[in-house]
Amino acid sequence: MHEEPILQVRNLNKQFGNGCTHCRNKVDRQLEKNYCPICGTVYACQDVSLDLFPGEILGIVGESGSGKSTMMQCLYFDAPVTSGEAFIYNGELNGLNVFQLSPQKQRYIRNHKYGMVYQNPVNGLKMNFSSIGNIAEKLIAAGNRHVSSMESTGNKLLEHVQIPLFRSKEEPQNFSGGMQQRVQIAKALSNNPPILFLDEVTTGLDLSVQANVLDLIKQIQREWGISMIVVSHDLAVIRMLADRTMVMLNGSVIEEGLTDQILEDPQHAYTQRLVYSLL
Amino acid sequence: MTMLQVKDFGKRFTIHHLGKTRQAVEHIQFSLEQGEFLGIVGKSGSGKSTILKSIYRTYRPDEGSMIYHSARYGFIDLTDATEREILYLRKHEIGYVSQFLNVMPRTTSRELVEKALLEMGATEQAAKIEAEKALTHFELDPKLWDHYPNTFSGGEKLRLNIAMATVKKPRLLLLDEPTASLDQQSKIKVREIIEKLKASGTTLVGIFHDIEFMDGLCDHVFDMQFSQDKFVKEGVIDES
Repeated sequence: MHEEPILQVRNLNKQFGNGCTHCRNKVDRQLEKNYCPICGTVYACQDVSLDLFPGEILGIVGESGSGKSTMMQCLYFDAPVTSGEAFIYNGELNGLNVFQLSPQKQRYIRNHKYGMVYQNPVNGLKMNFSSIGNIAEKLIAAGNRHVSSMESTGNKLLEHVQIPLFRSKEEPQNFSGGMQQRVQIAKALSNNPPILFLDEVTTGLDLSVQANVLDLIKQIQREWGISMIVVSHDLAVIRMLADRTMVMLNGSVIEEGLTDQILEDPQHAYTQRLVYSLL
Repeated sequence: MTMLQVKDFGKRFTIHHLGKTRQAVEHIQFSLEQGEFLGIVGKSGSGKSTILKSIYRTYRPDEGSMIYHSARYGFIDLTDATEREILYLRKHEIGYVSQFLNVMPRTTSRELVEKALLEMGATEQAAKIEAEKALTHFELDPKLWDHYPNTFSGGEKLRLNIAMATVKKPRLLLLDEPTASLDQQSKIKVREIIEKLKASGTTLVGIFHDIEFMDGLCDHVFDMQFSQDKFVKEGVIDES
């Protein structure tokens, strides 16, 4: 029985710098490092491929600098890819390489198909807009024009992420880190996206707030059936959220498997080091 | 109908950091008809759990094949099924119970059992009823239903574990030393549970330290020492 992925990425490459004769040839490139010692070009993502299936959470782990966030930014069109393909199998865009679409089309995908939660809420929220205004911004971008319906949607979402309603008109800059993160999640969910990206969403939050945010993500997945890609360097987060996990090192995917298999029977030397250093 | 056929299975562990590879098990061979119960016995360290975890794909199998008869996929080799297929089978067909409870934190017993049902696509109403039925069936004190299981005793955790696995009515249930560290009373309860599961047609593979305890229940005993299974007649291991 063949199952269709909702998001398919093939050979995503992202480099910073133009490369030189030494590093342009992939075979000659040193694999231990992801940058060229001669011209300094950084190969942040090297031939990353993945399939995301409907309703699943795909975890991506790796140390800082391994290319996790860069990959996410490329997928969300925050940064242009050097080469590669991505396909979204949801509605009218089937079979089109979304990296090659016009900026308008890409914005359409961001507004209708994607939700994004950044590690730093400053990237995802307008700190001096009200919380509900932040959500409205995304709703307007997705084509809503009816103020009262947007307000009720916004309030419902804020309630869902446990932001007290009397604070919905308040600016996120007054909120605690955990609350800002929850407003960001509400904003990301407002256009009812089939795909949600979460980039280190719990990093920097204290443990009880972290638990709160993780429970919320798990609940959203269960109730809304959204497919998610969760990037984290924290194996505990991945263990709790992800069905399948990919391990990245120096911009390449070195191992992928069922999350419990990655944790209990890691194959690659780096994954073993990562798992065995778990306290 | 053959439910599970393991052929020439082997598993190695390589620890890159130490530069060592260890063969955990090799040439494992057994087969199991629907509704049968296979008991695996052997010293600790002989690789019993490795076999079970490889069937469940928590471990990545290295050699051989494990043909499982799935309701959805037909005959499928678990050693090279895709991750998505394994996830489906875990959700719907293959259950795994160990003495350790490894669950979502901050979730009550009742929610855990309900979640297992919801995953399979049960309605909320049905899940609620079924979950209560299962918790009652496995005699978990109703006082514990709305508590987090981290403070439960070994026996209580185990019963919750079994309840979570069996509400899904799995075709194949893997039991990894479910009676370890239990008192006699609780062991008898586990035995009763296994009897009930067997009666309902579930195929079972179990690891037991004290196989005598399962006398009369096992259809086969697989002894790690001999790497082959023997047919058991009325509880007596047939040595021929």
